[in-house]
Amino acid sequence: MRECRLLTILMLFLLTVPVAAFASPADPDQPTTKPDTSSVKVGHQGVTSDYYVPNSTHPLWKGAGLPIEKASAKIGNLTGDAVKGRNHYRRYCIGCHGPLGNGEGENAQWIDPKPRDFTEGTFRCRSTPTGELPTDQDLFNTIGRGFVTTNMPSWFAINDQDKVDLIAYIKIFSAKWNNPQRAAPIQIPPETPITVESIQRGHDDFEKMQCFKCHGQQGHGDGPSASTLTNSKDQPIRPYDFSAGDRFKCGSTNADIYRDFMTGLDGSPMPSFADQLKPDEAWDLVHYLRTLMVHVDSPERKIMIENHLQFKNEDSGQ
Amino acid sequence: MTTSLRKKVTALMTSVLTGAAIFALSFARPEPAHAIPALARKYGLPCSACHEAWPKLNTFGIAFRDNGYQLGNERDSPIWQNNAYFPITFRMTPNWHLEKTNRVAVDIVPGNGSSGLIETSTTSNGFDLSGLDILTLGTLYKNISFALVPSADETGAFHFESVWVRVDNILGSRWANVKFGKHELDVPEPLSEKRGYSLSASSGGYILYHYDPYGGTNEFGLGDNQLGVELSGHSRNSFTRYAVDVLSSNSGNVDFVDNNGNPAANSYDVYLHFSQGVMIPKLGLQRFGALYYNGRRATYSMTSGGVPIAGTGDGTAPFYRVGAYASIYLGKLNYAGLFYHGNDNKYLATATPMNLGPAGLPTGAQDATWNGLLNEFDWTQNPQFVIFGRYEFAHMSQQALPIGSLNALGATVTSQLGDTDGWAIGYRWYPIMFSRAGLAWHNEYSRSRIKNAAPLSGQDLLNQSVFVGLDFDF
Repeated sequence: MRECRLLTILMLFLLTVPVAAFASPADPDQPTTKPDTSSVKVGHQGVTSDYYVPNSTHPLWKGAGLPIEKASAKIGNLTGDAVKGRNHYRRYCIGCHGPLGNGEGENAQWIDPKPRDFTEGTFRCRSTPTGELPTDQDLFNTIGRGFVTTNMPSWFAINDQDKVDLIAYIKIFSAKWNNPQRAAPIQIPPETPITVESIQRGHDDFEKMQCFKCHGQQGHGDGPSASTLTNSKDQPIRPYDFSAGDRFKCGSTNADIYRDFMTGLDGSPMPSFADQLKPDEAWDLVHYLRTLMVHVDSPERKIMIENHLQFKNEDSGQ
Repeated sequence: MTTSLRKKVTALMTSVLTGAAIFALSFARPEPAHAIPALARKYGLPCSACHEAWPKLNTFGIAFRDNGYQLGNERDSPIWQNNAYFPITFRMTPNWHLEKTNRVAVDIVPGNGSSGLIETSTTSNGFDLSGLDILTLGTLYKNISFALVPSADETGAFHFESVWVRVDNILGSRWANVKFGKHELDVPEPLSEKRGYSLSASSGGYILYHYDPYGGTNEFGLGDNQLGVELSGHSRNSFTRYAVDVLSSNSGNVDFVDNNGNPAANSYDVYLHFSQGVMIPKLGLQRFGALYYNGRRATYSMTSGGVPIAGTGDGTAPFYRVGAYASIYLGKLNYAGLFYHGNDNKYLATATPMNLGPAGLPTGAQDATWNGLLNEFDWTQNPQFVIFGRYEFAHMSQQALPIGSLNALGATVTSQLGDTDGWAIGYRWYPIMFSRAGLAWHNEYSRSRIKNAAPLSGQDLLNQSVFVGLDFDF
């Protein structure tokens, strides 16, 4: 009798494995070419759905990007597979960016700043001119670097192939990706020498471009316009506080800062100064901004301290 | 109703209820997935970001843990959290389980202790509870992490499973982190008892980690959390890792006693672990490593009126464990294999107090040695469905006593006495797994066989477990 019971239970146990597997979520590695129109339902944020197959018939689906089977990415020798990328997106990204890629994942309501809305096709950190889509390398760098002071971590422990797969996958979310034309990265000329004069000219550019209006005269992010700034989703956004930070969202080398000026940070109030600043002027501005980063040892700060540089600011008379 | 009819009805009801529960849950519609909620809530990440399927960590989760539960986004210190945030998670598993042992010494006449003993099999089954883990862990400040894990057994009796504070990234180097307190040893990551999938009685802990010669007094278990200090370090992605521990010789018990309740010695053990990972595109992270534990255990202690005095253990006899392992990923399939060698000094292996000297040792006593292999695999179909299995054995290569003699338990020593084999297979399905809570439908069958360990006949002792449970945390 006992043996029979044990056998019965074992049979139930073994039989349940395939049944449960069948009832478990769809295998993300099995491509689904047709959208699943039956699974969309309204969740606690109104957008939670069966995220394994993003649904283009959903009313919040703003635009169809590349079909998943055509979306790809290329980094060096690695080619991204969007179907596999969907699996990684589900594992790592969906909690914030949401099943529809619109930045309304289940955790989005608790997060500040809010996650990126991929359906807009707007990206901050790019090497391409303002308004253009980023390169695959830009997205690759962003995933690996993360965004300091946000909930977007540095996904350095994910292998490179998975990152490239992810890049391919997010191209399904925005119609902007349907345009095969891609802008080339801007050219970054060699950095000019870091000198007292360069720093002083950079200060003048800081005034001329009215950077202080947002970032404040001392770079504290407390300029007169700071409290009114919003991003492309009309959410309040704070200018960067140079005096407190030691890392930038889009990279912390001087070349990264130069690129930020010339490409702008799309989706944020930070515009591109490509039409206002000449390359030498942009480098001067980089050198001056480095002096505002009081917690970072830099050649610029060293020169400033050694030469007792002080700057008189126009609006405050400091 | 006759007794036999009642048994049949009970058996039928049990089968029907179990089957109905399995059927109903198997067809329930899965909800979106996502982890240890204490950390998932803090960072707003799905649990699958750090876990292949909880509780097993993935490469990102290992790097996150090694960095002191910090993402490095300048928002790790709790000062950045909403005041309402509290880093706590509860985990428990109501379950139905069956335990069967093939040879138990029982009274011939139940209730009559003088009627003599016979061997018979026993089977117990029914609904039950697991222990409770209260997981509080996170950061106290930037680069200061902590864990406080009060745990209760299924009766509600509490102990502290983990209590430690870790200073992370000392002098800005990820190669220098110091942990102080009771903690899990830095075991091979795919082979952590704390983050393994198995829950059944015969398989919840690794046989190999806890194997000690049959009839000896050593109670050391590599899987037990230990008390001491750990220096560890890792590369940025944690592909390269090391740990050095100095630990009290008390198997992680408080009040200066060991796992058996005997006075612990005032000695210290040393544990070393190193591993290197290699990422192979399309396959995953392949990790190779080695570990070494060198410890001592008391063989006698001071007494007062014959009662042992805690913390006065003496006559410490040495033992060591050494192992090498590999964790191989082939896409969704992870295989982890550990070769393990153990050695217990002859005083420990024969349960002989060292103050008796060599003359107190049984004739022919020698160090006990054994070898073992632990093989574990899991197939992660997706973060909500995983199949796992394991086969492991520990086989004596040298008995402490001559073949044919009697050991301290009265068993006749054979070349295979105490050799243990075990295997387990099961699956976990996570119908609910979002960042505030998780639920796993857990099914597992396991069995273990100990050679020549039956109490009367000296035949093999076989244990079998069936475990069906709802493992949840929030």
